[in-house]
Amino acid sequence: MTDILQLLVYGLVLGSVLTMGAIGVSMIFGILRFAHFAHGDFMTLGAYLGLTFISAFGLSAWWALPAAMVGMAVVAVFIDQVLYRRIRRTQPVILLIASFGMALILRSLVQLIWGSDNQSYATGIQFPWRLDWLGGIRLKPDHLWIVLISLGLVMAVHLFLTRTRLGKAMRAMSDNMDLALVSGIPAERVIMVTWVIGGALAAAAGVFLGIDTRLHPVMGWSALLPVFAATILGGIGRPYGAIAGGMIIGVSMEMSTLIIPAAYKPAVAFAIMVGMLILRPQGIFKGTV
Amino acid sequence: MTSLLEARDLYGGYGGVDILQGTNLRVEPDEIVVIVGPNGAGKSTAMKAVFGLLRIRAGEVLYKGEPITNAKPEQMVKRGIAYVPQEKNVFPSMTVRENLEMGAYLMKGDLSKRLDKVYTLFPKLAERRRQQAGLMSGGERQMVAMGRALMIDPELLMLDEPTAGLSPLLIDETFERIKEINAQGIGVLMVEQNAKQALAIADRGYVLATGRNRHEDTGPNLLADPEVAEMFLGG
Repeated sequence: MTDILQLLVYGLVLGSVLTMGAIGVSMIFGILRFAHFAHGDFMTLGAYLGLTFISAFGLSAWWALPAAMVGMAVVAVFIDQVLYRRIRRTQPVILLIASFGMALILRSLVQLIWGSDNQSYATGIQFPWRLDWLGGIRLKPDHLWIVLISLGLVMAVHLFLTRTRLGKAMRAMSDNMDLALVSGIPAERVIMVTWVIGGALAAAAGVFLGIDTRLHPVMGWSALLPVFAATILGGIGRPYGAIAGGMIIGVSMEMSTLIIPAAYKPAVAFAIMVGMLILRPQGIFKGTV
Repeated sequence: MTSLLEARDLYGGYGGVDILQGTNLRVEPDEIVVIVGPNGAGKSTAMKAVFGLLRIRAGEVLYKGEPITNAKPEQMVKRGIAYVPQEKNVFPSMTVRENLEMGAYLMKGDLSKRLDKVYTLFPKLAERRRQQAGLMSGGERQMVAMGRALMIDPELLMLDEPTAGLSPLLIDETFERIKEINAQGIGVLMVEQNAKQALAIADRGYVLATGRNRHEDTGPNLLADPEVAEMFLGG
């Protein structure tokens, strides 16, 4: 029982990371209609931006988080303006391949600037709390913060999407692009906001991953598969589905270590994704494809 | 007096093929103008061209005497032209109220007056304001679609087959609503398959065939014209 609770904690932490990535992928798909393959490397770059804020400006990892989020939001808008905007009116597959290329560019850039060795935000070991009232499971303060901050960010995205004019316009565009245009909703502004949110959340995912484990140039790329699995599970183009998808994939991946070796964790995400595509391709919540 | 809308000799279409072959349209303030014609005549294409949704290759569109040829839909909305597409004319995952709000996206200030006006015209929408538009019936969705367009307080309302797929009862009701909207001083330009009923409420009508004007007259005259009746109204 303790094992299961302990893995649930790890699963929620991983789920938080995946959710941060999956909301962005889902929104970008909803508005721009292509699977953003560079999203994993957005996470990586976000994590390394955080590292720079920590080492160069002496910020703590938690203060580096908002800084990295702002940084990645700017980078995401920049990449969109320079690359994706030019090919907006072509077919989605061209955007998809372009984003794949962008993924490779970003990864090489990270290696070039920060090197290809493992790095970490803080040295030393953080001592976990032992929760005797919960079967003696161990909980690291970092883990608690990751889950709580993710929750806060999800709430912020929710409020943005349901309470603000621009957030509603984003849902409208994702719902019915042509009608949004006919209603006079400024598409380019909504697209820009989509990248701001997608980029910022990707950076959050990257920094969380960096806090939880270590930094490595392929950290985000390896997380991309579970992020896509979470997106598909929740229904592509449905940011709320992405939250459910992220948590289910995260918890499933950690729980699977009870029965199969931990190295197969990504395979679990893959299996869920494939199963979902066969049984219910529209996702738990009906997606836009 | 300047016309509300005037389209002169429009040529244009999708890709390299011109569907419109010199189409002319005119709407005076307070008028209901109906475009009828056989399938493929270019009725919907003409509407889209006027609203800037497809490229006009030659010809010009004037709104209150000012050129708006190939202007972006955003500009059309700002000038007071609202357009309701034939299909997929609501935001399905959003509530009725949110659909209406999106109609007024470009409008500054308080929306409550605009909402009240739409709710007065369509009381059912007020009852269902929290309902998801995608879960409503075809008739209710059509009300949402028209309500969304009316949120900008338009001077010209363009409707592409507002009665498509509706039951006879709802068709009557829709035409009643269109008359009410028009009575508020809003010019209406619509494409209709239910040609007889549409021409009956119309001030003027156009019969379009292969992208050209075939006939233009008052609604009653077109209804009485034996040639029109034979060609397009099913006898």
